[in-house]
Amino acid sequence: MSHVLEADRLTRVFAGRPAVNDVTLELNAAECLALFGPNGAGKTTLLRLFAGLLRPTSGSARVNGHPLRGDADARAHVGFISHQSMLYGALSVRENLELTARLYGLADRRAAAEQVMREMRVLDRANAPVRALSRGLQQRVSIARALVHSPRVLLLDEPYTGLDALGAAALTEILMRLRGDGATLVLVTHNINEGLAVASHAAVMHGGRLLRLERREALDSVSYAEEYRELVGGVR
Amino acid sequence: MRPGLLASALVVARKDLAIEFRTRTAFLAVLMFAILGVAIFYFAWDVTAVAAIDLAPGVLWVIFTFSGLLSLQRSFGVELADRAMDALLLSPIDREAIFLGKALANLIFVSGIQLLTIPSVGLLYNLPLGHALPILFAIALLAAVGLVAVGTLFSAMAANTRLAELLLPMLSLPFFVPVVYGAAQATSTLLAARPMAEAWPFLKLLIAFDLVFLTACTLAFPYTLEE
Repeated sequence: MSHVLEADRLTRVFAGRPAVNDVTLELNAAECLALFGPNGAGKTTLLRLFAGLLRPTSGSARVNGHPLRGDADARAHVGFISHQSMLYGALSVRENLELTARLYGLADRRAAAEQVMREMRVLDRANAPVRALSRGLQQRVSIARALVHSPRVLLLDEPYTGLDALGAAALTEILMRLRGDGATLVLVTHNINEGLAVASHAAVMHGGRLLRLERREALDSVSYAEEYRELVGGVR
Repeated sequence: MRPGLLASALVVARKDLAIEFRTRTAFLAVLMFAILGVAIFYFAWDVTAVAAIDLAPGVLWVIFTFSGLLSLQRSFGVELADRAMDALLLSPIDREAIFLGKALANLIFVSGIQLLTIPSVGLLYNLPLGHALPILFAIALLAAVGLVAVGTLFSAMAANTRLAELLLPMLSLPFFVPVVYGAAQATSTLLAARPMAEAWPFLKLLIAFDLVFLTACTLAFPYTLEE
């Protein structure tokens, strides 16, 4: 039986330089991988390969046994939060979310949009154009956009960036609930504590390679942070 | 249940038109460009050398070609800010639906410009449009389909380049030649009140161009999205 998320010797080269280099990993339902690494380590590229937004140079990335690029049905179960909001500034919060609901063919678009607006605490801004919102509120709407179709696989690229304490707490709560409901998550973050709070697995990426991949239970967050600094500081 | 090809295309088109309706900047700017273009041709015109009926088709189709290019320029620009295009690519709709939706929104946009520009050319050049107006709008629509199909594809290709404003006309204009030729000839026949049978070969050219390029551009579009 295939894993929910799998990378097999996944490699992506940009201008002769491997951004992701021979990465192999597997994740099952209700598992969450916290992925740490310095800037330029290849974390974002790895997520974009999983999301099907990039074509691998070699190897494969699969979700539920299918590469997302060519499989529209498989894409219906995946959510992606990126550095960019992926929102239309001229449209309101509600219009952006209902647009996403339409693209995913949800029957009750209004209810789905209202539920995620409530969860991300942006319901009071429902009719405001996105471009009129602060960076932090846009990030909350961006997260709501990724959740509106209740994805079974969620790829998160530094989702806590720009969030205040309230927004961060709401996000952590949602991620814990999604994991409890059996969703598979990949969380890219620079913050060890935030990552380990929801993770079942932790890994470090550096120079496009996955340097260590461990189960969360085996880790102590304080010593892990020290080991992480030594690891990325020592590898050149 | 995920939406089908046409339903997805309508969602994309509706979204693009809603964004344009909110901002209105592109439509008004392109309309202003078209009207100013018509006026400049008018002031450069030597009435003793060329009859209005001979000049007007050329003016009309030069203006439509360049205002069409301006319209198409913004088509993928709205997707670049905050990488909204990624959200479309991640959703379970076919890539072809994105193209068809964008092309439909562009067609409505370009047709809107044509709808307002044709009467202004008629007024300024004192053309006997009257009974010819519905047929002229039909020719304009046929030509717009071809211009929009090719232009939408090249707009997607040019959007991610540093010289998008230059690249789009360079790529598109050679492909626009058959459309402009066919539409201008059919318009001449119509305005000169010659039998429409004389215009039929040009209309067939426009129909064939639309069918071939709408199909080819729809199929080619997914390959423009490769990174």
